[in-house]
Amino acid sequence: MPAMNLVQAIQSALDFKLGDDERVLVFGEDVGLEGGVFRVTQGLQEKYGERRVFDTPLAESVIVGAGLGMAVAGLRPVLEIQFCGFIYPAMNQLVTHVSRMRNRSRGAFTVPLVIRLPYGGGIQALELHSESMEAMLAHIPGLKVVIPSTPYDAKGLLISAIESEDPVLFMEPKKVYRAFRQEVPAEAYRIPLGKASVVQSGTRLTLVAYGAMMRVARQAVELAAQEGLSVELIDLRSIYPLDTETLLESVKKTGRLAVLHEGPTSFGVAAEIIARVNEEALYWLEAPPRRITGFDTVMPLPMGEQHYMPTPERVLYELIQLHNQAE
Amino acid sequence: MLTSYDPLKGKRLQILAESGRIVNRKHLPEWTDEALVEAYRLMLRARVADEKALLFQRQKRIHTLPVNKGQEAAAVGSALALEPADWMVQSYRELGAVLQKGGTIRNHLLYFKGSEWGSVHPGLPRLLPLSVPIGSQITHAAGIGHAIRYQGGSEVVICYFGDGGTSQGDFHEGLNWAAVFKCPVIFFCMNNQYAISLNRRHQTASATLAQKAVAYGMPGIQVDGNDLLAVHAATRAAAEHVRSGQGPVLIEAYTYRMGPHTTADDPSLYRPKEEEEEWAPRDPLLRLRLHLESRGLWDSAREDESRAAATAETDAAMREVDELHETPLDEIFAHQYSDRPAELRRQQAAYEAYLQWKEAR
Ligand SMILES: Cc1ncc(C[n+]2csc(CCOP(=O)(O)OP(=O)(O)O)c2C)c(N)n1
Repeated sequence: MPAMNLVQAIQSALDFKLGDDERVLVFGEDVGLEGGVFRVTQGLQEKYGERRVFDTPLAESVIVGAGLGMAVAGLRPVLEIQFCGFIYPAMNQLVTHVSRMRNRSRGAFTVPLVIRLPYGGGIQALELHSESMEAMLAHIPGLKVVIPSTPYDAKGLLISAIESEDPVLFMEPKKVYRAFRQEVPAEAYRIPLGKASVVQSGTRLTLVAYGAMMRVARQAVELAAQEGLSVELIDLRSIYPLDTETLLESVKKTGRLAVLHEGPTSFGVAAEIIARVNEEALYWLEAPPRRITGFDTVMPLPMGEQHYMPTPERVLYELIQLHNQAE
Repeated sequence: MLTSYDPLKGKRLQILAESGRIVNRKHLPEWTDEALVEAYRLMLRARVADEKALLFQRQKRIHTLPVNKGQEAAAVGSALALEPADWMVQSYRELGAVLQKGGTIRNHLLYFKGSEWGSVHPGLPRLLPLSVPIGSQITHAAGIGHAIRYQGGSEVVICYFGDGGTSQGDFHEGLNWAAVFKCPVIFFCMNNQYAISLNRRHQTASATLAQKAVAYGMPGIQVDGNDLLAVHAATRAAAEHVRSGQGPVLIEAYTYRMGPHTTADDPSLYRPKEEEEEWAPRDPLLRLRLHLESRGLWDSAREDESRAAATAETDAAMREVDELHETPLDEIFAHQYSDRPAELRRQQAAYEAYLQWKEAR
């Protein structure tokens, strides 16, 4: 089995779908000739030609709006928005059309498109190049939001996303792009959207994370083990739909819940998860759940981002607080 | 002049040829020799600061930043056509204009080291922070122009953006608004032929960017962006036009990004070396220097001395910025709202408790 990093695994999924399905087109700013600013699509234009893989004018609204047009006309666009912080010009299209088309046309028109969206901080990037706005996107009814944390998951999830009949925001943790390699099958496989994965089982606490924060979470779980705390770690993988079952099962076992993400605290993914757990497993909880997140501020520029981005130590601290709270 | 260079006919204003010779006396700006030399010094200062910044990035003293090389005439020539009270709305590749306005190399470097303090330049309330989302600032310029009209002011706004910016909806919306309300805005498009890897030919099917002005009902002119004199003459004419209440103007400066898009970019992936070589002799500094030398206004001793001064200034600025390290925690919370909502106070307190715990461990 070849060892791939996240970039290669995503590319391998795109390669498979381009070869497998003529309706699949890959486009966005700089994705063709150059292969994307992160080189995720490198070589694909050469292999599949400019009709299938192409550069677009610099305009996110039409990239997404035209994507909708192609989708209702029978194509399967897989488009890239260069950074999460530049999705905003396309918000109008996402909210007023992409997410609504199926429902308002009672299924007569559907929008099977995928938006690849590099996201996340901790890479000392320019302004608006480090955002983590998945909660804003997941809040829009009609969109699916998927965030892989490993090369293996990325390939399987992306193939499922491209084959999904619904619009999917496929958010790629750019801090993980080249962080590590993993064995990834050369052939195609699918991981269902909406299924979380329990990556480590534990007994005392449940920690939920996704995307780039999974690496932070894993390190924190190790640190916690040294402190004698057994933590169950869940990789959400899909933000919407959210795998409530897996979360409830875990919390009912451990009685304690912490949720970790980069994006701002208020009205975030952690808030939603905690609400669901409160609704359905409140009596199993032995302590108030905790959110370990970015602040309700804009993402600081690099000289301040170390405060904003949760670290393994900060997660450990929160886990210890959570554990020490009276039963 | 604005009407005699019809962009629909493919005309481009040039005054100073690559050889350093004046080829168009009719539109030659009235500049004293000293002023011309000053303009060159400013371009050189921007060039040196830009070259050194690239070096500082390689030394990891600052992070990724855009590269200005090749666009100094467009930046400096346009900025010099404005008054100190005029507004400047930046994109992020007009260092020469920012310096002309009174911005500092120190803050330029500080911003790209990653401090919000670098985005504002002391004493310059009419220089907006640079704008990262492409084209978005075009609408702001329209609004500032609108406010000036409403307040009965005589200032004008200059707004910079790239060829890529013309594809955004904000370009259309901003130019349309400004024309409808006759806002005093000079829309200054730096056509450096690339938006990262995308060649200008693929950005728009229009023959020129300047001709887009026609549809909005405003004058448009394409100028040789590597020709300080042409840029300056056109921007002066535009400033007169917009200041007199006749509404906005679009200028397309036809130039070339001689370096990479940013320090993280590799142009060899998308453009041939021969193209870069073809543009090298059109370097905006080169032709102005040839011109000044031919008139006895410049020589290599002055060149060396100016370069050394700019180098010393940039080095000193970098050393000052080297001394700054972390953004204090409180600043992250202090500037988000006019008051500090309870949520933020709670988040800050919780984080400080963690820091104490960490300290004590
Ligand atoms: C809305 C938005 N989309 C994408 C980007 C990423 N990006 C940064 S610069 C750039 C190209 C800009 O080209 P142009 O407008 O011609 O200006 P130049 O960089 O050449 O000066 C892109 C796509 C961005 N900053 N903002």
